Amino acid sequence: MSINKRFLLISRSAPYGTSAAREMLDIALTCSVFEQPVTLLLLGDAVLQLIRDHRPDEVSQKNLNALQASLAMYDIDRILIPETALQKHGLSTDQLSIPIELINAEQLPALIAEHDIVITI
Amino acid sequence: MIFTLIVQASPYQHQAPETALRFAKALLRQGHTLHRIFFYRDGVHNGSALVSSPRDEQNLPEQWQALAEEHDLDIVVCIAAAIRRGVLDATEAKRYERRGDNLHSAFELSGLGQLVEASLASDRVITFGG
Repeated sequence: MSINKRFLLISRSAPYGTSAAREMLDIALTCSVFEQPVTLLLLGDAVLQLIRDHRPDEVSQKNLNALQASLAMYDIDRILIPETALQKHGLSTDQLSIPIELINAEQLPALIAEHDIVITI
Repeated sequence: MIFTLIVQASPYQHQAPETALRFAKALLRQGHTLHRIFFYRDGVHNGSALVSSPRDEQNLPEQWQALAEEHDLDIVVCIAAAIRRGVLDATEAKRYERRGDNLHSAFELSGLGQLVEASLASDRVITFGG
C-alpha cells in the first residue's frame, strides 16, 4: 500500500484486566503488515503492560510478553511512556520487558499532533 | 471530508455507540463522506441481530442497519473480535459448529486490515468508546 500515515495507538489500561492491551497490539501488528509506521503511547496503568515476566496463566490469560517482544521485528520500535506513569507505579525502565522512550507530559500535544491517525483503546 | 468511525463499546451498557450514530448522521447531513464504520472490541455487539429492545427503547443494531441502507454505508465488524464474543455470520457459525448465526445482514465480518485501509482512505478517524 503506497499511502503512508503515522499511527499513534494510545492505551491507558493495565494488561489482562481487560482485553485492551491485547487488542491494541492486534491493531499495531496489522498497521505494520500494511507497512504503516506505528507509535505506541502507554499512559497511566498501561505502563504495567510492559512489566517483565508476567504470569497471566494463573488467571487463565495468554502472556503478552512474547507478542510485545515481537514488536521490534515488525518495525514497531517507538514505544513511549510518560516518566510520571513509571514513577506512579514505582517502576524503572530496567524492569520493563522491552526498550521504551520516556517522555514528559508537556511533549504529549506535539506527539499527538505529529501523527495522522490517533486511536485510543 | 472523508470520515471513518471506530466503535469499541457495546450498545445499551455504553452511550458511545449512540453518540457514534448521532455523529454519523450529523456528518452525512453536512455533506461529508463516511468511508466506513468499523466495530471493534465489545463494539461488535452492535452487529447482533438478536438484540431485542423494549418497544419504548431504541435498538442500535437496527438503527445502524437503517442508516447503512439509507446511505449505502460500509459497516464492518472485526471478525477476530466478533468470533471471540459470539457474533457470527452463517459461514463462521458453520466453521465453528455453532447452532445459529446472529450477525445482522447489513454488517460484514472482516479483518483489522479494513480498519487500516479505512484510515488510509479517510481524512479523519474518530474513535468512540475507546
